[in-house]
Amino acid sequence: MTDTSDKPAPLAVVGSQISYDEELFGKVFDRWVIARFWEYMKPYKRRILLAVAGVLVFTFTQLAIPLVIRWAIDDAVANGPDARALLHSAVIVFFGIITMNYIANQVQESIVGRLAGHLLFDLRRAMYAHLQVVSLSFMDRTEVGRLMSRLQGDVYALQEFLESSIFAIGDLVLLLGIVVVLLSLDVRLGALTLSVVPILLIVRIVWLPLARKAFLRARETNSSANAALAENVHGIRAVQELGREDVNFDLFHEKAADNLDAHLAASKFTNIMIPIVDTLTGLAMAIVVVVGGGLVLDSTLDIGVMVAFLFYVQRFFDPIRSLTIQYSIMQRAMAAGHRIFEVMDVTVDIQDKPGAVDLDGSDGSVEFDHVTFGYVKDQPVLKDVSFRVENGETVAVVGPTGSGKTSAMALAHRFYDIWDGTIRVGGHDVRDVTQNSLGKHVAMVLQEPFLFTGTVFENIRYNKEGATRHDVIGAAKAVGAHDFIVDLPDGYDTELDQGAATLSLGQRQLLSFARALVADARILILDEATANVDSYTELKIQQALARLLEGRTAMVIAHRLATIRGADRIIVLQDGVVIETGNHNELMKLGGLYSRLYKMNYASFDDIPEEEIARLTKADGET
Amino acid sequence: MHSIDTKDNKRLDLNFDGRYKIDVSKVDTGVLWRISEMAFQNRWRMAVAITATLLAGIFQIFVPQFLGQAVDEAQGLLGAAGEVASRASAEEALLTTALLLIGASTLRGFCTMMQNYQGEAVGQIIGYDLRMAYYRQLQRLSLSWHDKVHSGDLMTRGILDIEGVRLWVDTGILRFILLMTLLTGGAITLLQIDVVLGLLSLSFAPIVGLTASIARLKLRDTWLALQEELSSLTKVMEENLGGIRVVRAFASQAFELVRYDVISARALAMSHRRIALFVKSTTSMTFVYFCSMGLVLWVGGEKAMDGEITLGQLAECLAFMTILQMPVRQIGWMINSIARASTCGGRLFNVLDLEPSIADAPDAKPLEITEGVVRFENVDFAYPAVARDHRTLTGINLEIRPGKTVGIVGPPGSGKSTIAQLIARYYDITSGRITIDGQDVRDVTLESLRHEVSIVQQQPFLFTASVDHNVAYGDPWAGRSGIERSAAAAQLHNYIKKLPTGYGTLVGERGVSLSGGQRQRLSIARGVLVDSTVLIFDDSTAAVDAATEQRIRGAIQEIVKERAVVIIAHRLSSLMHADEIVFLDDGQIVERGSHDELLALGGRYRALYDLQSSDDAEEGA
Repeated sequence: MTDTSDKPAPLAVVGSQISYDEELFGKVFDRWVIARFWEYMKPYKRRILLAVAGVLVFTFTQLAIPLVIRWAIDDAVANGPDARALLHSAVIVFFGIITMNYIANQVQESIVGRLAGHLLFDLRRAMYAHLQVVSLSFMDRTEVGRLMSRLQGDVYALQEFLESSIFAIGDLVLLLGIVVVLLSLDVRLGALTLSVVPILLIVRIVWLPLARKAFLRARETNSSANAALAENVHGIRAVQELGREDVNFDLFHEKAADNLDAHLAASKFTNIMIPIVDTLTGLAMAIVVVVGGGLVLDSTLDIGVMVAFLFYVQRFFDPIRSLTIQYSIMQRAMAAGHRIFEVMDVTVDIQDKPGAVDLDGSDGSVEFDHVTFGYVKDQPVLKDVSFRVENGETVAVVGPTGSGKTSAMALAHRFYDIWDGTIRVGGHDVRDVTQNSLGKHVAMVLQEPFLFTGTVFENIRYNKEGATRHDVIGAAKAVGAHDFIVDLPDGYDTELDQGAATLSLGQRQLLSFARALVADARILILDEATANVDSYTELKIQQALARLLEGRTAMVIAHRLATIRGADRIIVLQDGVVIETGNHNELMKLGGLYSRLYKMNYASFDDIPEEEIARLTKADGET
Repeated sequence: MHSIDTKDNKRLDLNFDGRYKIDVSKVDTGVLWRISEMAFQNRWRMAVAITATLLAGIFQIFVPQFLGQAVDEAQGLLGAAGEVASRASAEEALLTTALLLIGASTLRGFCTMMQNYQGEAVGQIIGYDLRMAYYRQLQRLSLSWHDKVHSGDLMTRGILDIEGVRLWVDTGILRFILLMTLLTGGAITLLQIDVVLGLLSLSFAPIVGLTASIARLKLRDTWLALQEELSSLTKVMEENLGGIRVVRAFASQAFELVRYDVISARALAMSHRRIALFVKSTTSMTFVYFCSMGLVLWVGGEKAMDGEITLGQLAECLAFMTILQMPVRQIGWMINSIARASTCGGRLFNVLDLEPSIADAPDAKPLEITEGVVRFENVDFAYPAVARDHRTLTGINLEIRPGKTVGIVGPPGSGKSTIAQLIARYYDITSGRITIDGQDVRDVTLESLRHEVSIVQQQPFLFTASVDHNVAYGDPWAGRSGIERSAAAAQLHNYIKKLPTGYGTLVGERGVSLSGGQRQRLSIARGVLVDSTVLIFDDSTAAVDAATEQRIRGAIQEIVKERAVVIIAHRLSSLMHADEIVFLDDGQIVERGSHDELLALGGRYRALYDLQSSDDAEEGA
């Protein structure tokens, strides 16, 4: 650890600088959340009833056990040897009750446990499935880590809620049962003993808001420390290469120490209740002993009743304690439920129309017909864009950063719905065809190759489960990836971990080409990688690209001049408007933005400084 | 902070395969013992906790004694009711017992509070120690290890597994002590009352103990399997959400859901299995306990009828058993938490015990820079067999002097980047020597070495933080002017200035998205900000266009003029100005010299030059 005391504070943080102001506790009873939650519980209605029955029987037996003991002592043992038969029947009843207790216990515990498990998995599945169809604009603005905490933490909170609320029924019944039994055994003694309960309630009411603050801090410091850990895991390369270990360690140390501190403070709050409850229990027992004992002396109370009282008093505070814990669990669950159902309610704005048809795949044309689209209201990214790509044609789309190229390509796949105009793929409006067939008809290669954990084979085949090993190897050979694949330790069966960090960028690129080739779609949309790879790989990629585009309609967001020149047609976009179209020679002759940019010899139109663009556009206006 | 001892049999991180396997036939005392050792490092806290636990147990045992006493006192006078004097004394006795009850309960409460608080504190401290050790260990382990291990798995260990260990210390150890105290104390008092009754009261203990230890092992295996399944599920979800565009682009939602369902079903089945095991063992333990109670009631009842024991003594036995009801129920949770702790602890120690394959030599000294000359002397290198990399270097001789630039070029897989990695010692060479100012990189501390060697990466990691934090990542003390100067040199300053909040703008996952070229320029700004002796550009301008690159080169000249610079690139225009250019093929230097010399040579470099300039020529046409 470096000593930083003599240095000024570093400009450094660990963990995300985004702060989440999420509610940890919600209302105790949120009708909306409960109603939504009920939908998921409905299929298990019968099991829930069975579990509740189990809980009730269990509680009943718990209540009955001291009564049987009282009966045995009062009516049998206290009456001496004559009552031996009675003792025997009491013992038999006792064993009968504990057998019931055993069965009910099994039923309640296993049903509730399994039920909670089912519910957890159902909820998570539903949310996960929803995230598969929810609009991309939602996914764009939501961090993966955040969704993961919904899928894990929040779902657990609801599971815990279900589990504990069924048992809470038991606690409630037990509490009422004890009150009833005490009062019916002896009203005077019962009322007197129960008089300690309000004291506990008052203490709890004062305690709760204070404790909650402490718990909240423990939770917050915990997630902040975990966020810092996550950063250390994901950014480890930068950490080691830039020698940030010590600075980060010190910062993490602060967070971890803060968390430790918060937990210790919270622990004080939890544990301070113990002596209070125990003292009150002692007090209640003392009341039974003094008052009850006096009544026994007066012969107005059976000794067995006094024994039973002593039993019940010892058990009395457990359900109260569980119920106050349940209160917090419920509040937490309501807040978590809110967050979960919020995600599930994010509208799926892209849905198949009733009667949507399947694209048959014979026509590979794409047409933009006066398309206007944007992500934010009143800020269109594409303005009245029209162009047509003929079946089998390769079109390069070029333009400076922010010109709308990527958005236009995403629209052809109907990632978003447009504001105005029509997009036709294969002659059909994209809104009139099924998304599934559109997805099979239009393949996409993204700029940054994304590989999944799994073998090379699985990555190339991806969702085309019908593809054989032969097909996969054929595709890999076609894009020139075969050679390096067979050089991997297990060839096509090599496991790729961690986003295939062991492969070079060029190699990953080739794998994603192979994946697109196996998908074998009529139309290919390709966002060419901006990064230059070495001339050798470049050559390979160009060849692979040629192979990939063969016989397909292609729209390429092109960065490489070779690709642009090789295209049948070039569409130049600027500020969401198509400003030039034509092949390379035509555009050069035209002398517009394309030719100016081209002459500046930039490797990619994407990285041209804005000043340059502004200068060129101005020049454009003047001519 | 306490150090976590490393066990003797060293395992290098390169041999790590990510999975934690347990020997099913073996009892996992090793892991639990190690956790206990860590707990007992907090000597006084543990002393307080254990004393409090013992006292709490003893006071708790007093309670049924007093209760029994009260029953006897109340009943003993029944026969003689009406006698005023004895009634008064009886009331006095009852009052005394009542006060004793309150006293014992209160004391028990305070002791339990101390027990719980100190137990939790020790658990939290261990959690803290483990967290710090784990964080440090992740920083120490080699990058090739990190390349192999899934980040989701590392997070699971760092969060859930630490939690699993912590909870056991919290609850497991002390609860076990409490249970033992209650059993022993109870045994002593009950055996004094009546041997048969005492034995009957405790008859459940051996059966429960046996059930618990069998269940514990089964539960442990289930926990391990469950943990692995949940880890896979996390991986699948994380990748799906991270790669959502690929998923959508291939219309493979259905496929992804099937993939998820398969793992999810396995995890659910395992979770059910765990619950079944858990329920079976806890409920039967409670049942056995109740059976003992029934026997006490029966035999004790008979004995009381026969006058062998008093009614109060019978009540005491039963009251004592009531006290045990909670602890017996908790045995189930206890074994559950032991099972969890031993798997979690195992998974954690599995990482904590790894030895980084690259570490400081025992007598390593900080690197001393006198001049700043890097030298490769007959360097041979092969990646360790497990590193899944066949590339090698043979007979590399190279000198990089301050103020000079060396360019490295060659086909993919020729070993260009490896040279950069070797200077900063991310791998150890097989033979030969790499020195900086005459000091072998293996003899100096890694910290000092990596401080003097900075590598500008092709794909920089952006932290979810503001731009200035990101630029200053390697030197957080650089100050605003330094940050702006580097950003300006990397041709990024103008862009940043135009952002709504300038250098305070958030980048990273949810921040402003930067283009590939902008990200690389940020990486360059980061690299030149660090005041290192050696600066290596590892293909770090690949996404920057040639014109901007030229401007960057001009701008950073002033900043790097005293430093030794290595440029690894495939675009010749990036490195043709270098003082020396080496052409690498298959791990060997096949050509070297200045740009003009190499062109005149007419070899591989020339061929590459022609290939690239033919592109240019064509472009010009």
